[in-house]
Amino acid sequence: MTSWPILSLMIFIPLFGAFFISLIDGDERIVIKNTKMVAMWTSIVVFILSIFVWINFPRSSGFHFIEEVTLFSSLGISYRLGIDGISMLFVALSAFLIPICILASWKSIKFRVKEYMILFLLLESLLIGTFCALDLLLFYIFFEALLIPMFLIIGIWGGPRRVYAAFKFFLYTLAGSVLFLIAIIVMGYSSGTFDIRELLEHNFPYQLQLLLWPALFASFAVKTPMWPFHTWLPDAHVEAPTAGSVILAGVLLKVGGYGFVRFSIPMLPNASDYYAPLVFILGVIAIIYTSLVALMQKDMKKLIAYSSVAHMGYVTIGLFTFKQEGIDGAIIQMLSHGLVSAALFLCIGVLYERMHTRMISDYGGVVKNMPKFSLVFMVFMLASIGVPGTSGFVGELLVLIAAYKVSGYLAFATGLGMILGAAYMLWLYKRVIFGVAENKNVKNLIDIDKREYVIFVPIIIGVFWLGIYPESFSIEFRESVVNLVNSINNRVLN
Amino acid sequence: MLTLLVFLPLLGSLLSGLLPSFVGKKGVIWVPTVLCLLSLILSVILMFQAISGESYTIILGNWINSGNLKIGWALRLDMLSAMMLFVVMLVSTLVHIYSIGYMDHDPHKARFFSYLSLFTFAMLMLVTSNNFLQLFFGWEGVGLCSYLLIGFWFKKQSANAAAIKAFLVNRVGDLGLILGIAIIYYLTGSLDYDVVFNNISSILHLDIKFLNYNIPYIEITCFLLFIGAMGKSAQIGLHTWLADAMEGPTPVSALIHAATMVTAGVFLVARCSPLFEYAPIALNFVIIVGALTSIFAAFIAISQNDIKKIIAYSTCSQLGYMFFACGLSAYSAGMFHLVTHAFFKALLFLGAGSIIHALTDEKDIRKMGGLARLLPYTCGAMWIGSLALVGLPPFAGFFSKDIILEAAWAHQSSNGYIAFYLGLLAAFLTAFYSWKILFLVFHGKARSDISKAHESPLYILIPLFILSVGAVISGWIGYIMVDTHHDFWHGAILILDNHKALINAHHVPILVKASPIIVALLGILLAWLFYIKRTNLPLIFSSKFSFLYNISKNKFWFDELYELLLCHPLKVMGNFLWNKGDIGVIDKFGPDGITYICKKFASKIKSFQSGYVYHYAFTMFFGLIALFSWQFLIFLGWI
Repeated sequence: MTSWPILSLMIFIPLFGAFFISLIDGDERIVIKNTKMVAMWTSIVVFILSIFVWINFPRSSGFHFIEEVTLFSSLGISYRLGIDGISMLFVALSAFLIPICILASWKSIKFRVKEYMILFLLLESLLIGTFCALDLLLFYIFFEALLIPMFLIIGIWGGPRRVYAAFKFFLYTLAGSVLFLIAIIVMGYSSGTFDIRELLEHNFPYQLQLLLWPALFASFAVKTPMWPFHTWLPDAHVEAPTAGSVILAGVLLKVGGYGFVRFSIPMLPNASDYYAPLVFILGVIAIIYTSLVALMQKDMKKLIAYSSVAHMGYVTIGLFTFKQEGIDGAIIQMLSHGLVSAALFLCIGVLYERMHTRMISDYGGVVKNMPKFSLVFMVFMLASIGVPGTSGFVGELLVLIAAYKVSGYLAFATGLGMILGAAYMLWLYKRVIFGVAENKNVKNLIDIDKREYVIFVPIIIGVFWLGIYPESFSIEFRESVVNLVNSINNRVLN
Repeated sequence: MLTLLVFLPLLGSLLSGLLPSFVGKKGVIWVPTVLCLLSLILSVILMFQAISGESYTIILGNWINSGNLKIGWALRLDMLSAMMLFVVMLVSTLVHIYSIGYMDHDPHKARFFSYLSLFTFAMLMLVTSNNFLQLFFGWEGVGLCSYLLIGFWFKKQSANAAAIKAFLVNRVGDLGLILGIAIIYYLTGSLDYDVVFNNISSILHLDIKFLNYNIPYIEITCFLLFIGAMGKSAQIGLHTWLADAMEGPTPVSALIHAATMVTAGVFLVARCSPLFEYAPIALNFVIIVGALTSIFAAFIAISQNDIKKIIAYSTCSQLGYMFFACGLSAYSAGMFHLVTHAFFKALLFLGAGSIIHALTDEKDIRKMGGLARLLPYTCGAMWIGSLALVGLPPFAGFFSKDIILEAAWAHQSSNGYIAFYLGLLAAFLTAFYSWKILFLVFHGKARSDISKAHESPLYILIPLFILSVGAVISGWIGYIMVDTHHDFWHGAILILDNHKALINAHHVPILVKASPIIVALLGILLAWLFYIKRTNLPLIFSSKFSFLYNISKNKFWFDELYELLLCHPLKVMGNFLWNKGDIGVIDKFGPDGITYICKKFASKIKSFQSGYVYHYAFTMFFGLIALFSWQFLIFLGWI
């Protein structure tokens, strides 16, 4: 069965589902019901496929499940797919979060349900494509096309300032991608191929690397997002519907980190080495600056958005240490953040659906009526703080250890984020959950129902699994990272 | 057996926390308690095993695996961990039993017992760890449970604030600890105790350059580890959370903030004795911090009026003793005091809880008095606890405190003498505030209506009784820990041969040996003068020495200082970065600026597209003329 084009299946099944949904017609109520069912089952099938891939994944370095169809032989452009240990986990993360997103939108999306579900399935297809692409141009197409459904989800189903947020999001990412496109063309023509496998082996001249790196950086830094390219994120999160925030924080931000680890670092190792101090400085600023800003936020979603920037600061620092621990840590941190921030946005969504406000000051004393929800929220808050035993700790620890190998000061500055992170999350939790309920709507809250349990429980399992036995994840990408670290060391030292 | 011991409390916690309906209304209380009792029995068996010299490690599985870093989940039994296991399990079980009575009227009993058992589990993971990272797991785990239990009464704003403060101050210490761990990994490539301790000689010559000084790595490492210990054990500078932590239920204060969690710092230093022994500067730092804390906290305690806060500062002060004992290389004396202290301080806290329970949540000792008649058993327990605390023979504190002060004298260094005299002064103050409590609470005239006060139920009295017995005999029995003729610790604690403070402690002048008793008696005498004989003395004293009194009363203004220097500036900076940085600079010159310029530009350009034919015709005509003239000039060769 491994000879099946399973990656293509995972890309095209959601598209097929989306097409199928567009055919549904008839009575409004039935349409909505069927739409949801089709979307749900489609995404579940994809998730099952991703588990199948995971189980059958050979834990050796290099790419597996390769598919190749030549498109333009004269230009060397092909439809090439394949995954290694790193991308496989991101594919699994995407396939895991999409059904949760669909379930989370079950009640909160009330109009244009059909279009909404189509866009989510399209998003799934593009996300999986992005992580599977082995052709530089194909990657670019998936990578940029991601913008469109996300832009529409924010722009149509978003909050009152959705148009501003959508445009800001679009502008930032577009600015980055123009430079990225130029870089891709230069890379393709100077090496004579767009095949990522060959590009990974190719040695670009030093001067060219120094020019290409900032172009790639512009695109990935916006997506990650790194300070100072982050201001689109709080606005996009605040305006996006819950599921939009979930997928944005959960997977879309990881595309930036994935870009660094797949392209910038292995293809331009010398330039990465040259620019690493810049990344460290931006990473440290991101951690401290955005943590302080998060401390003062009045809107829950903005707070979590800023905390995302801080957490992604760990990722970039870890990646650019070029140490095994650092890169392992960064990948685990990305996976962890994918689960935790997604879950935190879901938690806020639960409150928002009931109270229709995101202002922290409107809450307080929620625990009285929602003890189960408070427990769930606490688990994710602690994971975000990085309490050992949860997923957040493993990544932060490995990054910190790797950072110490680079410089004690870097480790110290990184570590400050641990304290500040605890400060803003605990304060948020206290103001929302504890205290005496003063708002009369809070007094009438109802605890989470079965559907919401189904949403949260898998993520909680993931958070503890990643925190207590990260080995079952890290074993998949270990060989790839070992290879990556060795090749950087060889090429930078020579 | 060790595995079972460690995981039974976790099971209890999960059962009553997550499945309260499964275990039933009674079960949420009894299941965790009985499971703890089982663990206690196991811990006794294990302690006898350890005393006979057994030590082993059980590997449970992999945890983090990356590069050279290979961390497993493992449980280690040696004398040090067995000792801690016993202390933790004993106090924890007694506190569980006590809580059955104390929390009787609380609607959230299931949650409370779940947290208590979870704490116990985290503490067990901490002490049985065989590597630094699992230690950190337990370390943060107990911190988390402490946070949850301090904020247990979630409706109280002050309790929530105290909980957050405890977590954050501990995080500051934890940053030191984790950086220390990072350095250890950097130097030795491992975090397993055995590997690190055995390779210690290979890293002694390595220096780190810090501000143009060459400092040995080992000093920095120990210094950072000790920062972690200072946070957890509330030493001067990072002590501010402990007094506030008294917002939590009293059984919690007894378990976490007296007997077990706060002593984790001492345990850490003792556990890392193979590192600290090679770091003389760090050891001196430990002595100074410990000695300062012991006097500083005792000085604050004398002017407080909240019974729990007095005992909390007393804990702080006693932890100071344990630390300077460790700094003197008398780790076993520190551990000895840790054990005896666990008995008598838990006893004092639980006794205080019994008083508070009897007076329906009154904590101000000025409003008590004459309770001895109404609470005879509690009164007896508090007397025993106080006698043990000040170190009068034959009570437990006499043995452990004496050996520490003797070791300080025997250290024969200026720091040793400083520690000795500060410790002596602290002992004097300890006696004073202890008897201040006793006299004000139990003796003299009642200063408010106490007629409703009643002796506590058996659930509360039984733990008090057991701890009272412990507070008397643990000194006798535990003396073997510091007896240098015995190899009690079986190598779990390393002391270099040239660090002789503990050995020499047994041969100090008789005056040095007697001095703690003398100052304790003086302190009691003074308290009697102040609070029984001439009750106007405290007022005269506080107005005459108002400067000293204010310092003590306001706890050296540490909280205000931190608010002014840290909390407030950070908030201001957060707002500044948000409004001026993100909105004012990045957005203004970034996306908003660009869209603004584009719009401006576009609106200028768009006026060209007026729609009138003659405008276009005119422009075209003008353009043509320009083009022709250009060509013409070229044709003429003028350009």
